[in-house]
Amino acid sequence: MVEKTFKITSSDGVHARPATVLVQNAGKYESEINLHYKEKAVNLKSIMGIMSLGIPAGAEVKITAEGSDEQEAVDHMASTMKNEGLGE
Amino acid sequence: MTNLQGIAASSGIAIAKVYRLEAPDLSYSKKDIEQPEQEIKRLHDALDVSKSELEKIKEHTKNSLGDEHAEIFSAHLLVLSDPELIKPIEDKIKAENVNAEAGLDETANMFIDMFKNMDNEYMRERAADIHDVTKRVMAHLLNVTFPDPALINEEVVIVADDLTPSDTAQLNKQYVKGFTTDIGGRTSHSAIMARSLEIPAVVGTKDVTSKAPKDSMIIVDGINGDVIIEPTEEQVNDYKQKQEDFEQKKKEWAKLKDEPTVTSEGDHVELAANIGTPQDVDGVLNNGGEGVGLYRTEFLYMGKSQLPTEEEQFDSYSTVLKQMGDKPVVVRTLDIGGDKELDYLDLPDEMNPFLGYRAIRLCLERDDIFRVQLRALLRASVHGNLKIMFPMIATLEEFRQAKAILDEEKEKLINEGKEVSETIEVGMMVEIPATAVIARQFAKEVDFFSIGTNDLIQYTMAADRMNERVSYLYQPYNPAILNLINNVIEAAHAEGKWAGMCGEMAGDEIAIPILLSLGLDEFSMSATSILPARTQIRTLSREDWISYKDELLSKGTSDEVVDFVKEKTQLR
Repeated sequence: MVEKTFKITSSDGVHARPATVLVQNAGKYESEINLHYKEKAVNLKSIMGIMSLGIPAGAEVKITAEGSDEQEAVDHMASTMKNEGLGE
Repeated sequence: MTNLQGIAASSGIAIAKVYRLEAPDLSYSKKDIEQPEQEIKRLHDALDVSKSELEKIKEHTKNSLGDEHAEIFSAHLLVLSDPELIKPIEDKIKAENVNAEAGLDETANMFIDMFKNMDNEYMRERAADIHDVTKRVMAHLLNVTFPDPALINEEVVIVADDLTPSDTAQLNKQYVKGFTTDIGGRTSHSAIMARSLEIPAVVGTKDVTSKAPKDSMIIVDGINGDVIIEPTEEQVNDYKQKQEDFEQKKKEWAKLKDEPTVTSEGDHVELAANIGTPQDVDGVLNNGGEGVGLYRTEFLYMGKSQLPTEEEQFDSYSTVLKQMGDKPVVVRTLDIGGDKELDYLDLPDEMNPFLGYRAIRLCLERDDIFRVQLRALLRASVHGNLKIMFPMIATLEEFRQAKAILDEEKEKLINEGKEVSETIEVGMMVEIPATAVIARQFAKEVDFFSIGTNDLIQYTMAADRMNERVSYLYQPYNPAILNLINNVIEAAHAEGKWAGMCGEMAGDEIAIPILLSLGLDEFSMSATSILPARTQIRTLSREDWISYKDELLSKGTSDEVVDFVKEKTQLR
């Protein structure tokens, strides 16, 4: 399993537009990818899962991936977070 | 054949098949089923059709309104592929042996309730998104048509109770030849949109939806306000002739496109257009507009889930300013609240929304929202000839406060090293009678006035313009209104300022001579009204009309005013 922690820098938190891109990109991987915030973990391939967390600005989140392409998946999620101005 | 009379909302003639835009009946019965696999297959088929429809709508919205408006459909598409939504539906069908309709509805409702109960308004808004997309899937499961203006691919006339702004925004002019509705007036949203899209429309027919069957022929005469359902062959031929005549007239008007707007003695007045989005600018230029007299910024805030960012706003404002070149662009700051709601602001319902917490009242309290808009405007100001006006000003204090906030933001931007135009005129809308009465005091502090007649009339006459029982009181030519307008124009001129008008009245055939008589400097109207207005003004003598001023202002009733104007212009 590969994991990486991020701090949300976007002033609006994790809102619809970047969440959409995250989910679209997560869908390209075989691995099971999860987003962890506080005590909860949701499937990063689920837009409703992500939105249901209501992640605010400044939050600490963790992305984990497990599967054949776990490293690529986490790398891609990291670059997406950065490109979308979500966090790093 | 059935004849209906409504309100001519957008000129032109449309003859085509009826397309009924209505919410389908999505009620279903929960059934026990034997073969869950078959139900799951039905579910996936319905999901697939819905997805391909949404792809088309997304594509269409992207082409007509831009990427930003299309993005919401990307999110909707993801909902329909969401494993966390689909798996529970499948599980439910298998475990409880229920039909796909029940599985979908019950699962979707569980999510909708969950989002609705979140303590964040933005998240609550997501409930509506889930509701929207699952409705489409449900329609396919039930085999009922889910009407979608963006999916129309043959020539039609749309028949609906009313059209929402997003319905109208999705209309494809290539296929939608016209529309007609049960409710609405000349100044309702759908009517204004129809004029900016240049689609013939008749609104307020009261019962066209109950009289026009699907796929029947219909004629919409947006010039006279007539609607004919299942016309005779003779009528179709008559109207084809009228259609041609109208096209001919339009060609005549088009010749004046690059001509100045002058009275018969050669005095110039300015004819500008009202717009709502950067996409409307083409229409302004194609119709020979000499400026934008009212840029309604609400559309930037509507139909989204959160406030537009400074960058988004900057893009829109600077696009409009650049396209208009050195022609003036009057931007009205956010006029929201009251009847125009933004779900994400979570404003409480009010007893009298038109008299309530809206426009500048809201902006002065929520200056976090107001300042973002002002910064975007100030930054865009270097790209053209920007003028800013505040809506719904009631007191001089409000104007001073708004102006002070604008000056603060300007100062901040300059300190940040950003460029801001030094020549931005700052004015106000005159919509509240209180300001028209003491216009002289306001004129000392503002750079210009723009009279918003739709609201000024309803506030002066104390009559809701949407309430049909009192709509007879919506009287633009009432001498009370004319005297208020005169007061505003005289006050402006006494201080060397200018006065414009941005209500529907400014493009009205009867009102134009009156407004010339009162000395109005700028007339701002729907883009399509500009060339007819220019044609009319060329036949009028300002000098003659100024000599009628006292007589006009001393008339006792609206009818007396109209008769007088008709007599003088031989419009009879």
